[in-house]
Amino acid sequence: MEFPNDLYYSKEHTWLRVQDNTGTIGITEFAQKELGEIVYADLSNIGYNFQQDEVFGSVEAVKTVSDLFMPASGKVIETNQQLLKTPTFINDDPYGNGWLVKIEIQDNSELKNLLTAAQYVQVTNN
Amino acid sequence: MKETPFTAKHIAAGAKMAEFAGYNMPISYTGINDEHAAVRNNAGVFDVSHMGEFIFKGENALELIQRVTTNDASKLTAGKIQYSCLTNENGGIVDDLLVYCIEENNLHAGKAGVYMLVVNAANIEKDWDWIEFQNTNGAEMHNISDRTGLLAIQGPNASKILQPLTDMDILNLRYYTFVKGKFAGVDNVIVSATGYTGAGGLEIYFEDKDGNADKIWDAIFKEGTPKGLKLIGLGARDTLRLEMGYCLYGNDIDDFSTPLEAGLGWITKFTKNFTASEYLQKQKAAGPDKKLVGFEMIDRGIPRHDYRIKDAEGNLIGRVTSGTQSPTLGRAIGMGYVSTAFSPIDSEIFIEVRDKLLKAKVSKLPFVQQKQ
Repeated sequence: MEFPNDLYYSKEHTWLRVQDNTGTIGITEFAQKELGEIVYADLSNIGYNFQQDEVFGSVEAVKTVSDLFMPASGKVIETNQQLLKTPTFINDDPYGNGWLVKIEIQDNSELKNLLTAAQYVQVTNN
Repeated sequence: MKETPFTAKHIAAGAKMAEFAGYNMPISYTGINDEHAAVRNNAGVFDVSHMGEFIFKGENALELIQRVTTNDASKLTAGKIQYSCLTNENGGIVDDLLVYCIEENNLHAGKAGVYMLVVNAANIEKDWDWIEFQNTNGAEMHNISDRTGLLAIQGPNASKILQPLTDMDILNLRYYTFVKGKFAGVDNVIVSATGYTGAGGLEIYFEDKDGNADKIWDAIFKEGTPKGLKLIGLGARDTLRLEMGYCLYGNDIDDFSTPLEAGLGWITKFTKNFTASEYLQKQKAAGPDKKLVGFEMIDRGIPRHDYRIKDAEGNLIGRVTSGTQSPTLGRAIGMGYVSTAFSPIDSEIFIEVRDKLLKAKVSKLPFVQQKQ
């Protein structure tokens, strides 16, 4: 399984890519494998504010549904519209086309609560 | 966790495994949608050896079956199968099951019937105890669950793929009938035209001894693999059965729902007395307060077990019992109990999905047309 080194990870299996003040969020390779084929991503609307660890949506697999937790506090500024038509991007390309939402990061100091790729691998091994 | 004769093979094939009814079972191999399509379009193999099998014999065997189940087993002749329910004293469903008539009951000719009951894995003990408690006339009962293997080979091409493995005519076997004989070099195998997918195909029961399980498995895949036969897990078994509107015990039916509420009136025969038949006859006359219906989502979202069902004004009118994204239709479907007023086809209902009320409509079952 692949866990890119340039991303932050949460224990709740989301990843965060930080570019300037913008955070792109998705679920990890481990999470998509555990869920199986994603059939629907139910995401927050643009403009909503969330705290770190707050639920901002859910992903539905054929058999299960799983809540999505915000890796960092911020305002949703974009959602991945391609997922409406092709939710399986989350399975096939979890760190690329399968991204979920983009946020305006509110507080960079929160990033220290997140995990590195190596630390996240430990979480998936437990 | 208990194992089936094939557990090691599932693990070796890379299946995602999970506990189901106390057994370590395969949930999926290559992915639910992929496996689902294989069964609808060609053929797939399910290990369902966890299911329970009871043999009933003796001159009171039929009399006992008649008293504890809802369907009329006196109609069965040798080689025929019936879908039926075990009821409790309140008319609730203890289990849904199949009754196989292995030898016909003809007491005038001095012949007692032999029957096999196939029950849900999670209910083996409950069913056994409940039937045994009611076995007041001394029918002979045997629980052969632990020494019986069961593979379901389902799909439009399943019978064609398996025919070379036996001299019995299984290609033209009629729905809900069976034959017993030599299959893949193994004696006393029951091949029955039944299943839980609506895709056509067979179920194969055998004695789990002397390497029979390996012989049958190897022969099936030697014959089937070149023809695209695939391994299928319980995940796709659930989406396949839900597209047909087949009830899953513990989800859609349970001790607190009656066969009439569950739409199983067609297997509830008042030509005889059975546990709570008087109560059920009254319920039939008055009409049940709630009914199990199929529904399709109109708004986007996927219904799941136990989600609330509401009317347009937000009043609680029922609960979802099963739901999924239908791989065949590409739409979200479900089943659930609703107040009878909302049970007609096309009734508008709302499913509460994480605090949102999503529109759905009651639809005809099955969601997908059966091929058999």
